Amino acid sequence: MAVPVPERFKRAAMVTMISIKDVKRSLLVSLWFVFLSFPIMVIQVNPVERTVVWRWSNMLYMGIASLLLSFLVRIWLLRQERRLAQKQLSSSPQPSILHLLLKQQKFRYPLIIGGSVIVLAFPLIFSSYQANIMTTALMYIVLGLGLNIVVGLAGLLDLGYVAFYAVGAYSYALFNLHFDLGFWPALPLGGLLAALFGVLLGFPVLRLRGDYLAIVTLGFGEIIRLILENWNAFSKGPSGISNIPRPGFFGVEMSLDQAMTFMYYLMLVLLAGTIFVVNRLQDSRLGRAWVALREDETACQAMGIDKAQTKLIAFALGAFWAGLIGVIFAAKTTFVNPASFTFMESAIILSIVVLGGMGSITGIIFGALILILLPEYLRPLSEYRMLAFGAILVAMMIFKPEGLIAGSRRVYRFQAQKIQPMLKNNE
Amino acid sequence: MSKPILDVIGLTMNFGGIRALDHLDLDVYAGEIVALIGPNGAGKTTFFNCLTGMYAPAEGEIRLTSPETGKQTLLAGLKPNKITELGMARTFQNIRLFSRMTVLENVMIGRHCRTRSLIFGAIFRPRKTREEEQDTVDRSYRILEKVGLSGQVDELADNLSYGAQRRLEIARALATDPFLLLLDEPAAGMNPQETAELVDLIRRIRDDGHAVLLIEHDMKLVMTLSDRVFVLDYGEKIAQGTPAEIGVNAAVIKAYLGEEVLDEEMP
Repeated sequence: MAVPVPERFKRAAMVTMISIKDVKRSLLVSLWFVFLSFPIMVIQVNPVERTVVWRWSNMLYMGIASLLLSFLVRIWLLRQERRLAQKQLSSSPQPSILHLLLKQQKFRYPLIIGGSVIVLAFPLIFSSYQANIMTTALMYIVLGLGLNIVVGLAGLLDLGYVAFYAVGAYSYALFNLHFDLGFWPALPLGGLLAALFGVLLGFPVLRLRGDYLAIVTLGFGEIIRLILENWNAFSKGPSGISNIPRPGFFGVEMSLDQAMTFMYYLMLVLLAGTIFVVNRLQDSRLGRAWVALREDETACQAMGIDKAQTKLIAFALGAFWAGLIGVIFAAKTTFVNPASFTFMESAIILSIVVLGGMGSITGIIFGALILILLPEYLRPLSEYRMLAFGAILVAMMIFKPEGLIAGSRRVYRFQAQKIQPMLKNNE
Repeated sequence: MSKPILDVIGLTMNFGGIRALDHLDLDVYAGEIVALIGPNGAGKTTFFNCLTGMYAPAEGEIRLTSPETGKQTLLAGLKPNKITELGMARTFQNIRLFSRMTVLENVMIGRHCRTRSLIFGAIFRPRKTREEEQDTVDRSYRILEKVGLSGQVDELADNLSYGAQRRLEIARALATDPFLLLLDEPAAGMNPQETAELVDLIRRIRDDGHAVLLIEHDMKLVMTLSDRVFVLDYGEKIAQGTPAEIGVNAAVIKAYLGEEVLDEEMP
């Protein structure tokens, strides 16, 4: 297997014309990597027997691997540059492969039908463990779609999104604890309460933009978490609230597995609803106002858009979905405590939006699937799992900074053309 | 003549210790094209920002009177979006389009203050919302036809040429149905051909029933286009009158070209 690689490699190098300078740089990179990884990869200390094992072969592997990788990256970058130069000639943005596939009638329906069959039969085909992971992934898709309204569409960088998630989860937990409220009435209630909190956060930050807004929202997220952690009388503090009932289904008794399967389908329905609503919001007067707000606040106001109202609606709607998922989270784990609502959660949801592609529903679905499922399926890599995960994220952001699937603008039809309005995604 | 649609009395604006506008009076009547000229830093854009509610002036009154209803509104303390809703829209000197939206969507944003649907309408799309949306699309398209951009409706605003971006700004402002249109240096950066087209466009806009107040450095454009001219220098109005009067006004020539040009003693 060692022979064909340099052959192919040489050809690729010829095509993209790697210069001596690039080779030198790659050598430098690999030397640097060898140096950096030396303590981890080469030295192995056995504290019990008090011996040190020097694994020199690892150093060689690291050197070769990093050299090869650096070459690949260089070639890729060169190609990208060339492609960009070509792209500038044609002005319109290139649609993604997925969009192209979906556009073609021949592929469209088989793709959609095949996809929905797999999604619908998922808990039947795979183990309940898999279905459980998938349910979590579905929850994060909805969270991502909710945050997308605030960050992707309205351009308001919200680092405290998890606070609304917590509001939803705790509202179900507490209402259930004190008033014995069931899951179904708690679901909309949690969403509405979270939306209320969204408006409460929205008011003081109406005038803030960019990094200032990010700092305040970050603080808001932490305040909610700290209140939950320290106000024992209200939230039972760090020990949390347990024995939260799972959602019922017309009083049918369900085993744990059945309950999990039910949860999966419940999430699926909620996700479908969310996609429908977010898609419609995007293609509406309100959605346009959000995007305009993201592009230029001053011009937006000068064009007659009520900045305060538009921002508050974005915050409230974004928070609403976080609240819904919060209730579902509480019902799924049957236990909530403040440790589930740390900044890390906000960061993951934000990563889903950014990685998937801001303002793009398909992008966010893929972003969430990758970010939530990848760490699970990387488990065979054991201790290198998070390292690999991080490397994949960094690589993604270098090679596709606009996200997996960038948002595209809708094309409208006019009465004059006598064609019914054709929407981008649905209908 | 009837009442002016825009009546500015004693407008004063300070930035710290600097007086950017000093007791400025100005009026615009329906059907007029009025130009506001002056050297760089004279306070022209500041004046626009005061009119549109982006700055809060220190003193003075701004009255806007709708030519249709005759309703008069004092603009003090109103938010920019409310002022646009009343019927006065503006363009920006440094182009401020929504660059990652399409040309059509940019104009549709202008229709925002004339349409009503919100969350409910967006999600459930009742008939009223659908009609409103279609009306927005159609009107926006017609406005783009008027400014000559109907061939590029689905292009991103960012990809337009400079001159086309300026025309798109005008189209976006027109979409708000203004009775008074404020243009901040519409010809800046345009070539003579584009400027000639712009003159034509502004005349057509006036003929459609919008009064125009414009800031411009291109003297030829100002002289051919405007009915009346106001001249600002250091925040003060130094002259007003027809283009012909302004062209021979001593104070104006002094402000633009310096003292030595005129062989006059100035205190």
